[in-house]
Amino acid sequence: MVDQSAVGREFTPVTARVEPGRLRFFLDTLGETNPVYRDGSAAPVPPTYLFCLEMMDAPDPFEFLTALGIDLARVLHGEQRFDYHAPVVVGDTLTFRPRVTGVTDKKGGAMTLIVVDTPVTNQNGVHVADVSRTIVVRNARPS
Amino acid sequence: MSSAPAVGDRIVHKEFPPITRHRLALYCGASGDHNPIHVDIDFAKAAGFPDVFAHGMLVMGYLGQALTDAVTPSRIRSFSTRFAAITQLGAALTCEGTVTELIEQGGEKRARLALTTKDQNGEIKLAGEAIIAL
Repeated sequence: MVDQSAVGREFTPVTARVEPGRLRFFLDTLGETNPVYRDGSAAPVPPTYLFCLEMMDAPDPFEFLTALGIDLARVLHGEQRFDYHAPVVVGDTLTFRPRVTGVTDKKGGAMTLIVVDTPVTNQNGVHVADVSRTIVVRNARPS
Repeated sequence: MSSAPAVGDRIVHKEFPPITRHRLALYCGASGDHNPIHVDIDFAKAAGFPDVFAHGMLVMGYLGQALTDAVTPSRIRSFSTRFAAITQLGAALTCEGTVTELIEQGGEKRARLALTTKDQNGEIKLAGEAIIAL
């Protein structure tokens, strides 16, 4: 089981470019027709897209699970948060720096909640967002 | 938004078509989340689930779409959710957002929205919040 010693663990930074073709695939998948997202070169990204960019361009998108010895099959997404500080638009190159900031046992150890906080900066060094995910590890087999 | 909202106003409301296996496969590719639990029934069963189920972030993506139908993306200051329950295949989701508070923060007028995503049975899948600049 993951314990407090995991807090502070940092993982390989991920650099991702906001590519128009990949973004269009995402928009089409969600049935998103809002013209604001298809408005040429300076189009903004949808509010959850930062999460995708990090996974798409990570050499190992599940690195933090492997590093902490967590089985992918036992993981659920518990919470997700985005704080937006500056615009992210098509053409930007973003860097994600994930770090474990919390480990909490729940239900007598049946579940462990792990918080990974990820500051995001752009190609100009601007801190554009903070992304925070909480994953739930199911430590016990479901009955 | 065409005018300043008031506490209690429901400014976000959107319904989405039922979630299909095809949609989950597309989202797997489009999002970079290749966790097989959402697309491979054998993997899902071995993990103790009766079938594949939707990515939480697909459901949050729908909620984000409902939000930015009402609020232009550059006005969203934060967006967060708790994944309250697994979203099953076939779920037809309704996303809603209601103004709960008007605040001054960061030198601007902002509103706090309470957000929910429910399935066709009214079960809450996501419960969240957004802060938007007015």
